[in-house]
Amino acid sequence: MSRAGLINLALFAMLPLTAGAALMLDEPFIITLATKVAILALAGVGLNIALGLGGLVSLGHAAFFGIGGYAMGILASHAQSFTPLMQAPFLIEGTKSMPVIWLVAVIAGALAALAIGALSLRTTGVYFIMITLAFGQMLYYFAISWPAYGGEDGLSIWVRNGFPGLNTLDPIQFFAIAFVLLALALWGAGRLAASPFGLALQAARQNAERVETVGLSPYRLRLVAFVISGAVTALAGALFADLNRFVSPTMLSWQMSGEIMIFIILGGVGRLYGPVAGAALFILLEHVLGGLSDFWHVYLGLLLLLVVLFARGGLIGALAGREVAHD
Amino acid sequence: MTEPLLRTENLQKSFGALRATDDVSLDLRPGEIHALIGPNGAGKSTLIKQIAGGLAPDAGRVVFDGQDVTALSTVARARAGLGRTFQISALAMEYTVLQNAMLGALGQAGSVWRFFRPVMGDSALRLRAEQALERVGLETLVTQRTAELSHGQRRLLEVAVALTLRPRAFLMDEPMAGLGTDGSQTLTAFLDDLRREAPILLVEHDMDAVFALADRISVLVYGRIIATGTAAEIRANKEVREAYLGEEAGV
Amino acid sequence: MSVILLIEQVLNGLQSGVMLFLMAAGLTLIFGVMGLINLAHGSLYMVGAFAAAAVAGATGSFVLALIASLVAAAAAGAVVELTVIRRLYDRDHLDQVLATFALILIFSEGTRWLFGSFPLFLDIPDALAGPVMLPGGIQYPLYRLVIIGVGLLVAIGLFQLIARTRIGIRIRAGESDREMIAALGVDISKLYTIVFALGAALAGLAGALVGAIQSVQVGMGEPVLILAFVVIVIGGIGSIKGALVGALLVGLTDTLGGVLLPGFFATFMEASAATALGSSLASMSIYILMAGVLIFRPTGLYGSR
Repeated sequence: MSRAGLINLALFAMLPLTAGAALMLDEPFIITLATKVAILALAGVGLNIALGLGGLVSLGHAAFFGIGGYAMGILASHAQSFTPLMQAPFLIEGTKSMPVIWLVAVIAGALAALAIGALSLRTTGVYFIMITLAFGQMLYYFAISWPAYGGEDGLSIWVRNGFPGLNTLDPIQFFAIAFVLLALALWGAGRLAASPFGLALQAARQNAERVETVGLSPYRLRLVAFVISGAVTALAGALFADLNRFVSPTMLSWQMSGEIMIFIILGGVGRLYGPVAGAALFILLEHVLGGLSDFWHVYLGLLLLLVVLFARGGLIGALAGREVAHD
Repeated sequence: MTEPLLRTENLQKSFGALRATDDVSLDLRPGEIHALIGPNGAGKSTLIKQIAGGLAPDAGRVVFDGQDVTALSTVARARAGLGRTFQISALAMEYTVLQNAMLGALGQAGSVWRFFRPVMGDSALRLRAEQALERVGLETLVTQRTAELSHGQRRLLEVAVALTLRPRAFLMDEPMAGLGTDGSQTLTAFLDDLRREAPILLVEHDMDAVFALADRISVLVYGRIIATGTAAEIRANKEVREAYLGEEAGV
Repeated sequence: MSVILLIEQVLNGLQSGVMLFLMAAGLTLIFGVMGLINLAHGSLYMVGAFAAAAVAGATGSFVLALIASLVAAAAAGAVVELTVIRRLYDRDHLDQVLATFALILIFSEGTRWLFGSFPLFLDIPDALAGPVMLPGGIQYPLYRLVIIGVGLLVAIGLFQLIARTRIGIRIRAGESDREMIAALGVDISKLYTIVFALGAALAGLAGALVGAIQSVQVGMGEPVLILAFVVIVIGGIGSIKGALVGALLVGLTDTLGGVLLPGFFATFMEASAATALGSSLASMSIYILMAGVLIFRPTGLYGSR
């Protein structure tokens, strides 16, 4: 196995090992942190499908993360107050079932990504960055100004949603759910990268003209990638809201979009496991530096600046000892 | 006379005051190599772009196989069977040689909407890609990264990708550039046979290759076609000699 | 809706549009000349506002405060350009986004460190306080009128600068052909620093002027930055004229949407639902405007790329 492969395996194993050790030491807070890493990494894996494979610098992925969060918040809040979402033309009830919530989150995220992507992908480069950022901000302001679901204050749910056969209130069991979903997403993203679609998508990133000349539309390839990416990020959003039992417009904010992107960069652009390394490093920094100073974002900013200017390979690149060659 | 497979009718394209394409009508008949020559800046690349898609003419039509394709995108024209190679290599540079050829085969097969099975395990696509690479003599370089290829090898890969498309007509923009004497002789021999599979509209600076290969030659000067004819006719054409060949030594 | 209220709102829209122009003009210049997307432009807006608030607090002079905002933002812009930004010109957009995002983190937290988390207040100078009577019996805050005037003056000055002066000619040359301008012997890195500092100064001025109406706090720059992006998408990247037209469109749409839409829905809906729907839609109106422009002109109203 290559050095990068070993590092990936180690990264992957690190999460359950940390959670397991925390379980034995009776440190539920550490388990929760590991869960948070798994969920944020999942969001990063989602963005990485657009960014790493498709070269689409989306600065609006918080939109999908937040949509997933609100899918959870809206369904669960209706369920806990026993009021249906709508009665006419047909009855839709809330739910406390995670699989149903995930399904709704994924579909809502995919639809939003379809709409935003269809417009944004008409452009490329800087326009695309600014437009995704703007659409993300649109949903943020919409969530703030729409009073039915908490507006600026957000929505709280009293009890974490359920999963058949598991006690989701037990931190380790909820961790297991998040970790399995992350593992599935990593596996799926790996398959996607190697698939016919992945070959064409990555070619479109490298040279769109080439892809057109073989009779494939870069726009369609990118749009499908964007939709898949939005759906995975929305799933992460639903889990994140469940972890906190709370969703607010903050999940839709542009800072959130930036943070999801940071996970990818800190880990290493163009690497399947980059978001896992990046999210772990981010949470670690938040707790180590956050403990030292209230202003830990200054250090995060400096670190990010150094990585971007001098270490494009990120953490995995540094560990594997070579930079990834990639635009 | 056989019906042309590809023709342009009175194409016009201006950039500001510059007439890059001035009333260009030319055709490509089955089984032939039609070479397009002209000094630098004559508008050859502009013309190719209008034929392949990607640049809309101001006036005139492009007709491929009886169908007006002027309004169609590059993608649709490629699907219809136009196989293009680029003057400046347009390849996926991070990919291996085989991956680039696979991309062509994938585009031709139209089976891109598969998200799960590894593409490199698709034996039908792979076979087609490998065959195309073998035909241009790149079979020993399949695992090489495209960015590491020499300039000439990239030109050959361009041709190989076009082959995987099994096009009904080739548009080749200076495939000989950077190949060196041996390389261009090999490619000349290859194109000589290839015309039986599909006709070739060939833009080329290598006059030896052009006069050896072309069934017909059109000469483009300042966006206009000043002459079309066989190699002998073009050699004898006074206007061509004055406008163009006169400056190129020894023809 | 009364005509007076409508005119007031139009003026409010103009005022916010003019301030957006100051932001967008710098961004679009920096993109047009250097090909750089600068997320930290909002931080320079914040720097200007904080500098103005600090100087006004210490000296009591609004004029000094404005000068301080220009100087501080231009200086911060020049320092950032010399240390970080110039390493990014040859990088891809992803690197530019990340590095300038990192700058936001550093600027925001650094400012919080220096000034604390509580908002500062910058008072409108006495001479400009209070309303003024406009023709037609409309009372309107004098300060906001002055902002509109200052913004328009800066816009005219900027157009003159680009069209008439040596540096303007160089900026235009730099937009069209970087190698040519270098070949002409212009010190391109100096030009870039100047353009970046100029854009920063405009952002800082906007921050100070708006800071006297709103509160001066960390994070104030980014919402304006994103609005400025919307302006640029609508106007077209690199076009100062597009920035002006886009800024006024966005300013007017945002302001009028908030006033008109709830009223519009109230004509056929129950009042509280109309307010909710109207204000929600109003919050999205400029983005809907942007989407509309994108559908018909993907490169913006005055864009060429």
